[in-house]
Amino acid sequence: MPETAVETGVECAIEVADLDPLLGALRERGFTVMGPLLRDGAVIYDEVRSSADLPAGWTDRQEPGSYRLQRSDSPRLFDFTVGPSSWKRFLHPPALRLWQAHREDGGFQVVDVEPPPPRLAFLAVRACEIHAIAVQDRVLLGGPHVDPAYRARRAGLFVVAVQCTRAGATCFCASMKTGPRAGAGYDLALTEVLEAGRHWFRVEVGSERGAEVLAAVPHRAVRPGESAAAERALAGVAEQMGRTMETAGLPALLRRSPEHPRWSEVANRCLACGNCTMVCPTCFCTTVEDTGDLAGRTAERVRRWDSCFSAEFSYIHGGSVRPSIRARYRQWLTHKLSTWHDQFGESGCVGCGRCITWCPAGIDLTEEVRALQASKRRKEDRRADA
Amino acid sequence: MGARRRLKLAVWKFASCDGCQLSLLDCEDELLALAGALEIAHFPEASRAVAKGPYDLSLVEGSITTPHDAERIHQVRRASKVLVTIGACATSGGIQALRNFADVGEWIPLVYATPDFIHTLKTSTPIANHVPVDFELHGCPVDKRQLLEVILATLNGRRPVLAAHSVCFECKRRGTVCVLVADGTPCLGPVTRTGCGAICPAYRRGCYGCFGPLKNPNTAALGERLRILGQSDADLVRAFRGINAGAEAFRRESESHEPR
Ligand code: SF4
Ligand code: SF4
Ligand code: SF4
Repeated sequence: MPETAVETGVECAIEVADLDPLLGALRERGFTVMGPLLRDGAVIYDEVRSSADLPAGWTDRQEPGSYRLQRSDSPRLFDFTVGPSSWKRFLHPPALRLWQAHREDGGFQVVDVEPPPPRLAFLAVRACEIHAIAVQDRVLLGGPHVDPAYRARRAGLFVVAVQCTRAGATCFCASMKTGPRAGAGYDLALTEVLEAGRHWFRVEVGSERGAEVLAAVPHRAVRPGESAAAERALAGVAEQMGRTMETAGLPALLRRSPEHPRWSEVANRCLACGNCTMVCPTCFCTTVEDTGDLAGRTAERVRRWDSCFSAEFSYIHGGSVRPSIRARYRQWLTHKLSTWHDQFGESGCVGCGRCITWCPAGIDLTEEVRALQASKRRKEDRRADA
Repeated sequence: MGARRRLKLAVWKFASCDGCQLSLLDCEDELLALAGALEIAHFPEASRAVAKGPYDLSLVEGSITTPHDAERIHQVRRASKVLVTIGACATSGGIQALRNFADVGEWIPLVYATPDFIHTLKTSTPIANHVPVDFELHGCPVDKRQLLEVILATLNGRRPVLAAHSVCFECKRRGTVCVLVADGTPCLGPVTRTGCGAICPAYRRGCYGCFGPLKNPNTAALGERLRILGQSDADLVRAFRGINAGAEAFRRESESHEPR
């Protein structure tokens, strides 16, 4: 095994058979590796123990409100795009016990009940997902109020990116400038190459930790022509994306459009089911629930994912601030694409397309945005004609 | 805090299958604590001992289907400080509310040898149509954690804290792949109130709507989506006319798909 000096910024190559040593090297360093698996008709993220767990030979077809796995004729391991789970599940868990309190003579004692989180390594993180994690970093770590649960999981996270060699019909990361190429934010980035009967991975090293892990795995220098082969595998992905979104002037347009008739139109189709926010890798809202036991000895506070699509979410003294579905959809889209900029200095959407695919009603935010933009354009045309 | 006064509990049955009452007995791990917190004053399913009212908390199961029950529920109300209805029968009329869409008079002779003995109403209606109800606990059957929360809340003199969002929230939190999107399976989850923990989709089946409609659900949009997925009008009538056929939103949606 001819080894090369591995350092940040360097490109190496590994064979498909070297994925298991890579998983082993991560485990030896105390990481629990989460990655893509087939489950219940979709590629989801959960613990990956061996490369045999990966969805080899499977791809997906996504459309608004529809997801189907398909057999591909190729031995590729990463021939799918993002599915219903996002890494948010592990960094910002769907349910978390914040504390428990026990009654003692005259008072009570608060105890931590969650076990310390595992050290996490993510395998096959896409460019849009790296950006989504960065968006949540700014929300949950960036301000004066740091979320300790997120910090504990995020600190020390090891990211193995996979460069997208295929885009789906609901992808639009190119519009949001979050992909398809992952340029930073990873420890290692794999490009899967299947060309001329050879199946291997180009490995880009993004950090010292990445270099250290790769050094423990059989690897070699890229041979002449291999870099070009890896680049060919990545070519044309942006053009394959089935969706686009024009972002110029969008925050201002949404700010000016609270009474646009399109909100009523989309409200006729929207179920207020909340799936879009749950699958979105940047949506971060939660609620807390307090429970106690019948004997009055123990109380507990649990935090759960919540959503602006439920009526109770905006319930304050006297009632819900957003009783209509129209108000809730408008709140969601306006926050994602407009007020998120005011709050966090960027868009809340990374263009992963999950909310389009996993909306049971097939509502497509890029289409809603286009409808809002079209009527603005009509107005401008009228002005130009006059 | 000193020992709490035990709550005097009564459990009442109207037209129902007893399944919701059984949820109370199903609280195995909590039964001892329950017995400590409650004086079970009237619960024929569990104990023959009957104590007189008034009761601090009455759990009412079942719907009103007979003239006699329409009277009896007023007595129960008078004897109860807090009255909580439990289950689809008590909150929406139950599966027996299918009679509301048919002519009971036509059916009785087909079912009973001596129809003269049958004294029944034309409809099956929820308890809240007859007397004021303090809280409604949905489900077929009710969820035992929710039932315990109602009891706990009453013990502490507060309102029960129960989520009222869609079943979909629960699917996503537990990581269930959506059967509607990934399999094209019809699912009522987007318009159904949470409570069960999204059990059916976890077994790759669509939600049957056991916990009844959300507040202001968009049933028309779901009906339209299910039609696109291949459901006929007859299928849609059946989908919305199940255990909660009598719930206003489901009744209206099922009727909108009936042949005219
Ligand atoms: S709004 Fe939709 S497309 Fe944008 S990041 Fe969230 S799920 Fe992805
Ligand atoms: S946009 Fe789609 S996923 Fe989101 S709440 Fe509406 S129907 Fe549900
Ligand atoms: S399976 Fe049903 S309840 Fe679950 S997310 Fe999909 S539509 Fe909602």
